[in-house]
Amino acid sequence: MAFKLNINGQSHSVDIEPETPLLWVLRDTLGLTGTKYGCGISACGACTVLVNGRAVRSCVTPASTVIGKQITTIEGLSEDSSHPVQVAWTQEDVPQCGYCQSGQIMAATAFLDRYPNPSDADIDREMTNLCRCGTYVRIRRAIHRAVEIAAAPLSRA
Amino acid sequence: MTLNRELTRRNFIVTTAAAGGGMALGFYLPGPQVLAATTDLEGAISGKPWIPPTDGAGAEVNAWLLISPDDTVTIRVAQSEMGEGVFTSMPMIIAEELQCDWSKVKAEYASAHRSLQEGGVYKRMSTNGSGAVRRSREYLQQAGASARERLIQAAATEWKVPASSCTAKDSVVTHTATGRTLRYGELASAAATIQLAQEPAIKTPDQYTLMGKPLARLDTPLKVNGSAIFGADVRLPNMLFATTKTSPIVGAKVKSYDFNAIRNRPGVHSVVEFQGEDKGRGLRSGVAVVADTWWRAKTALELLPIEWDYGPNTHINSKDVALRDLEVLNEKTGAVVLDEGNALGTMKSAAQVVEAVYSAPHQAHATMEPLGCTAQVKDNRVDIWLGTQGPEGALQDAARQSGVAPENVYVHNCFLGGGFGGRGSRSEVRQAVEIAKTLGGRPVNLLWTREEDMNNDYYNPSPMAKFQAGLGADGMPVAWFNRITSDSIFYWLRPEMVANGIDRIAVGGLANMPYRIPNKRVEFIMRNKHIPVSFWRAPGVNHNIFMLESFIDEVAHASGKDPIEFRRALLSDAPHLLNVLDKVVEKADWGKSLPEGTAQGFAISDSFGTIVAEVAQVSVSKRGEVNVEKVVCALDCGNTINPLIIEHQVESCIAYGLSAALYGEITLKDGRVEQSNFDDYPIMKLGEMPEVETHFALSGGDKWGGIGEAALPAAPPAVANAIFRATGKRIRSIPFKHHDLSWG
Repeated sequence: MAFKLNINGQSHSVDIEPETPLLWVLRDTLGLTGTKYGCGISACGACTVLVNGRAVRSCVTPASTVIGKQITTIEGLSEDSSHPVQVAWTQEDVPQCGYCQSGQIMAATAFLDRYPNPSDADIDREMTNLCRCGTYVRIRRAIHRAVEIAAAPLSRA
Repeated sequence: MTLNRELTRRNFIVTTAAAGGGMALGFYLPGPQVLAATTDLEGAISGKPWIPPTDGAGAEVNAWLLISPDDTVTIRVAQSEMGEGVFTSMPMIIAEELQCDWSKVKAEYASAHRSLQEGGVYKRMSTNGSGAVRRSREYLQQAGASARERLIQAAATEWKVPASSCTAKDSVVTHTATGRTLRYGELASAAATIQLAQEPAIKTPDQYTLMGKPLARLDTPLKVNGSAIFGADVRLPNMLFATTKTSPIVGAKVKSYDFNAIRNRPGVHSVVEFQGEDKGRGLRSGVAVVADTWWRAKTALELLPIEWDYGPNTHINSKDVALRDLEVLNEKTGAVVLDEGNALGTMKSAAQVVEAVYSAPHQAHATMEPLGCTAQVKDNRVDIWLGTQGPEGALQDAARQSGVAPENVYVHNCFLGGGFGGRGSRSEVRQAVEIAKTLGGRPVNLLWTREEDMNNDYYNPSPMAKFQAGLGADGMPVAWFNRITSDSIFYWLRPEMVANGIDRIAVGGLANMPYRIPNKRVEFIMRNKHIPVSFWRAPGVNHNIFMLESFIDEVAHASGKDPIEFRRALLSDAPHLLNVLDKVVEKADWGKSLPEGTAQGFAISDSFGTIVAEVAQVSVSKRGEVNVEKVVCALDCGNTINPLIIEHQVESCIAYGLSAALYGEITLKDGRVEQSNFDDYPIMKLGEMPEVETHFALSGGDKWGGIGEAALPAAPPAVANAIFRATGKRIRSIPFKHHDLSWG
């Protein structure tokens, strides 16, 4: 079936079984490999993307259910890694192997939209993506830093 | 030592709209420098790390580095980047000696193919044993120093002055007397042709100016925007995708399958069968479905009717194995690993004997990226792309499976989505090549499902051990007896290393335990099953130190002594261990007042050349729910390359070790591994991660310890010992989740 998806602000035509998980449309049909496969059962969050600003685990999200919605992947979060969450991730040296980090960054972005000034308890409860390298200490720190960055006065170079 | 955080911070102006998150559109962070986000590191490594980050123009002063006309230095990294930071730490070693401008350093993977062709020019290419720094630092320093001296000599020749009158700094050679300068980029071609009468000596730690600094990782920019290419991400023109279903039980074989049932499904290309081999690194019997997308391959495979001959191992159950392990420990004498004094005789006359049996189950590596490999077999040449800890082994696997000569096999190493000992070519390379052979030159990207990855792992061994300590009248141990039974990693991977029935890894940390007891005997009984075992982060010691350090705590308790004071007495002739112990005791404020149900626990280890002591602070609810609040770690790895990366690795080891200790177990039922994904093999989540403090107690000198694994072994026993002090309940087996820890 041919249909259109709006990904990172662009309309993409795809011709694939509509029940195909969004993850594999991104990775195999469109070549957006920043979104990762980890478990296929919505247990790890490596595949997290934003759909209308909410975090969605794309490995269990049929592509047909996101037609007409705004999909954002790690590739579209910013053009130059300047999104506050990406900047915070860089400043706090979060990634190790890095495989889960696209999903962590997307999950944190959606989380901060709902909790603009989160407590540690909020982070502990809501940030459920898995990381085998144990970057959790730095993810927690980076989320707080992203809040600071986003709240800092605007300036233009 | 406290990290100078300023060195790792960047100051930012960001002016680009942030899409998708509803966050501020621009922001400013005040600071002395204003740099665009990440541009200072951007481009240091290609997203495809097997490809040079530059256009390749320039001169190789030696195989380890290429200097471009603009002074960019591209450093070849022969170790695999799986999160442990070698794409930063290895270049730091070379750059230290090269005395180049760090901001002009880029990095790429060294080529296994080139190393094969040029007599092993890249020396150690397998990444294991926490050995990247320990095993390669000296020759990397030498490569940097030798290149620097050639650059200096090239300038001196140009100026017709003695080399000794010139200095090198920040990628510039200066003639001290006249102030004349030449840049490295101008000198590289001449430097590459220079023969030195004698290679220079390498620096000693007191001369380092770059090593020891907490520099930001070079690979971070690629890992915050999705551009780092892992094995699963490789995309090539005309590429197909594949996924496998291998025997559900080791030893089972495909009897038949019916391709006709799926051949008309969308995108399906073909099915490839693997003939089973039963032992070691052999392929397991199974099938792969090839299609134009991975999802189509996977869904077709799920519908493919396969008949199995389940083979000879369907009677094997973990519960039976554990019962038999216990019988063996009680009834059999093992191979004698250590026999000092008269342990058995002294035990009989001891005033008190403390005895316990400990055990640990198998564990899966469960790297976040399941294993896979992309392969192309074309015109008597094989190319493979994957993230691997062993590119040379992968090259040989591909050569063997394809029948193509090794010199015509090219390995393109990618970023590794976790390694932990589990990404050293199980059978994914041979499977991918076997599939590619049937595709007429088209490349194929094989990616295992999580379920295949967990079913096809080479697991952590599962030991059981009996401990006895005989105490004298003063409560201090006079006799020690320890009998261990376990699977053997060497039996599976290098059987020639099993000498007199002893696998040194299986008794690691126990045969060489540091506590001074006059009469000691350690025995080992090898017991292998049908499932293969292999290296899993901190092999041997990952469970042996849990058993040892928990039992030592038991002995201290039985003799009525504080666990720290008890250990101090037994370590009186081990000053390096005491130094680290003292540091963590001070930093954790050992013995501080804590609420009921909350306690500290201690453990220490000496592995991979690094001494690590940890104090865990754990609270246990009356219903028995465990919360690991904090782990304070002190370590002595002698010297450091990058203390920021060491902090990363300490946190990583604690998360990995505690995931296994709290929840992890791979069990067998009817010969089959019962776990298949993160729902039944859970790992720690952010909310369960303790606060971690890392303190350095460095002894310097010529000590260089490894860091990728060293902080793991002490974490589980530190937590178990804290749980005992909080609840009075002693945990003698992993995972802790099976123990009723309710109290009060």
